[in-house]
Amino acid sequence: MAFYLALFLTGLANAAALFLVASGLSLIFGVTRIVNFAHGSLYMLGAFIGVTLMQVLPGAVGFWGAILLTGLAVGVIGALVEIVVLRRIYRAPELFQLVATFGVILVIQDLALMIWGAEDRLGPRAPGLRGVWRIFGEPVPKYDIVLIAITPVILLALWYLITRTRLGILVRAATQDREMVGALGVNQAWLFTGVFALGSALAGWGGALQLPKGGADLLMDFNIIGTVFVVVVIGGMGSLPGAFIAAVLISVLNAFGVAFLPQSTLVLMFVVMAAVLIVRPYGLLGREEVAGEHGQVGAPESPIRPYGPRGIVLTAFLLALLASLPGFAEPFVLTLVIDIVVFALFAASLHFILGTGGMVSFGHAAFFGGGAYAAALLVFHTDTPMELAFLFAPLAAGLLALAIGWFCIRLSGVYFAMLTLAFSQLVWSLAFQWRSLTRGDDGLINIWPADWLNGPLPYYYFTLILGVGGILTLRHIIHSPFGYALRAGRDSPRQAEAMGIDVKRVQLVAFALAGMMAGLAGGLFVFSKGSVFPTELEIAKSFDALIVVFLGGVKTLAGGVVGASFLTSVEHWLTRLEYWRLLLGLVIIAVVILMPEGIVGTLRRQALRLRRADEEAPR
Amino acid sequence: MTEILRAERLRKSYDGFLAVDGVSFSVRAGELKALIGPNGAGKSTCFNMLTGQLKPTAGEVYLRGTRITGKPPREIWRMGVGRTFQITGTYRSMSVIENVQMALISHHRRLFSFGLRAWKLYREEALEFLRTVSLEDQADRPCSVLAYGDLKRLELAIALCHRPRLLLMDEPTAGMAPSARIELMQLVADIVRDQGLSVLFTEHDMDVVFAHAHHIMVLNRGKLIADGTAEEVRSDPKVQEVYLGGGTLFKEAGRA
Repeated sequence: MAFYLALFLTGLANAAALFLVASGLSLIFGVTRIVNFAHGSLYMLGAFIGVTLMQVLPGAVGFWGAILLTGLAVGVIGALVEIVVLRRIYRAPELFQLVATFGVILVIQDLALMIWGAEDRLGPRAPGLRGVWRIFGEPVPKYDIVLIAITPVILLALWYLITRTRLGILVRAATQDREMVGALGVNQAWLFTGVFALGSALAGWGGALQLPKGGADLLMDFNIIGTVFVVVVIGGMGSLPGAFIAAVLISVLNAFGVAFLPQSTLVLMFVVMAAVLIVRPYGLLGREEVAGEHGQVGAPESPIRPYGPRGIVLTAFLLALLASLPGFAEPFVLTLVIDIVVFALFAASLHFILGTGGMVSFGHAAFFGGGAYAAALLVFHTDTPMELAFLFAPLAAGLLALAIGWFCIRLSGVYFAMLTLAFSQLVWSLAFQWRSLTRGDDGLINIWPADWLNGPLPYYYFTLILGVGGILTLRHIIHSPFGYALRAGRDSPRQAEAMGIDVKRVQLVAFALAGMMAGLAGGLFVFSKGSVFPTELEIAKSFDALIVVFLGGVKTLAGGVVGASFLTSVEHWLTRLEYWRLLLGLVIIAVVILMPEGIVGTLRRQALRLRRADEEAPR
Repeated sequence: MTEILRAERLRKSYDGFLAVDGVSFSVRAGELKALIGPNGAGKSTCFNMLTGQLKPTAGEVYLRGTRITGKPPREIWRMGVGRTFQITGTYRSMSVIENVQMALISHHRRLFSFGLRAWKLYREEALEFLRTVSLEDQADRPCSVLAYGDLKRLELAIALCHRPRLLLMDEPTAGMAPSARIELMQLVADIVRDQGLSVLFTEHDMDVVFAHAHHIMVLNRGKLIADGTAEEVRSDPKVQEVYLGGGTLFKEAGRA
């Protein structure tokens, strides 16, 4: 019995940092409508800054002073990020800022690497709290007890701030109606900066507080962000008590999981989340969001049109160029083009649900990696012929998308996004922890194509035909009645329902279709590389696709293709450099700020302006 | 005249607040009927319960004798009930005619076709509907640049696509210029006469109501306080009390 209590207390203590980070994320989202992906990075910064400060400042006062200062420092960094990057793009489509925050993640990762090095840092013990207290005979670290005591105080302080102070009133008002608050004479820019700073400071405190238990390393940012999203989804977006309850729930669950089911700690969390969401789709204490409010991604103003003669000629020329490429290009160019085509198909499949369907998925890698793993597992365990295994990739990914979609489709906007992310983490944790099946980190290797396809040239054409075929199929569907129905459901779900369209069913089919195409890309990928690792299922992979779609431009399918070519090429050149993440992050942020409509959107606007100038010139 | 729609003791409460409190009425075939009442009387709530956007707390809705209470909007639409909304909900990323084509695609049950080109489908038929509301000149303009009054007419064209037997219009002329209002309601009245369909509409403009409605119902604080011809409603003391000071409006409308 005492053992269970000890486990419970460990869980409670772990909840402190998680709650701090989750509440910060929730607060920022509520006011600015930005899902701050860089929140994990701020947490990581908190840990590193905390370690450094604790080395400088002596004693117990120094320890707690260091934690306090860390939060303030991270708050200032958050404010800087908001002023320098985000403030410039508030008028861009709301989820466009996501891409910017991802750029921030990359920049912070490399800056941390530059400043603190690649070595993990052990956090110092809290002075005066080094030992354990015995509770019913079980040792419980003193620091844990302190954390357990601190967390409710933080919750109360935040609750007081939000419900009882003037700042809190502004924050709540802005959460409900941003424009109205602006109309009432509140300086929105500073309110946003303030809230961003506060949320960042909370993440920083979280990072510093957990130091004596966990330390600091460069993987912390991504490790926590998945868990934080689960907490926010379970608790209910924008609810502080909800975040608290969920943080406790998940942390306690983890503590017990580590003790009893060490092989499935990660999966357990997502199972609980799925269970909660079946009963309460908007989380334990969350309220229903007005659909479309932030699910809409820069609704296109003009109808889509089939390509005119110029577009067709251009596309045909491009395809002819790709087909004749092996005649004169170096082998490494062929490899690069294979990577681009695979990635372009993956991005196009995301664009299909995101651009056409208005469903922003944060977890599309589940289907790319899922398809790759499905084929690889068949080959690895049963020696299935490549052709059959390859077919299995889109099939399995499509079925997976159907299953995951069934849960996610019921929600919309940011809840949908978070849930897809959580599910992709579930798939990732399966690949990562089910070692007997997937070999975990070691990945599945020796997955090569059949003899007739083995070799750079045959596989190049194989990829080209299927990849381009997949993209054109998606394009065709966008212009079909089904594609129109999907768009109708995005533009006005109410009108669509009042017109006999079963919006959710259309969306589910679209989601499964997109999953299938992502799976096809995954199948092409695994046989071109000969191996697959859990990294193909990671959040970063999903983000890559998101970035590509946003960078290229949400409004056209070509955007995804152009974005994929751009990112793959840039990455190809940059990864040779030591601090390539920093550069890539800066490139992404620059594109976001300079071209808020994406590359294709901006080019198109320029072209339109030129054409207009041409027409006006003769007069 | 046969009865098309019947509502029986419809009730909707929000946390104890009764938005609609035991409302019963019927709409007959070929009838143009108005539902009026002050702001917050429960008109839109009533409409939303009839077409499935809201589930009633209690009460029943029958369409030609078939119980449709609580059915989703799309099923009620398929049973031949059209609907326009107070705030128009057209598809902003489509052209005017594509909005109509979308309704036709749904009506002809082609929603899950993947091979066809949507903009080629039912174009002629869609043009015909646009002609009914005199929008054929603007067929290929993006929906997002349409003037408000034109949007309202487009909504009407869309609502007619599945040849409904009953059309519910929530404030069809709200936000329009006075002359355009009369024009639009005249159009609706013509359609009612030519196609023999029934229309139930809510409206704040009494000129429009008394000029066109065959029958008028008055809703106040969730309760139906009058249901009859224009003359009966106008002389009803309860109605005059609700529209305190609005009595002159009625008389002017009557004289006009």
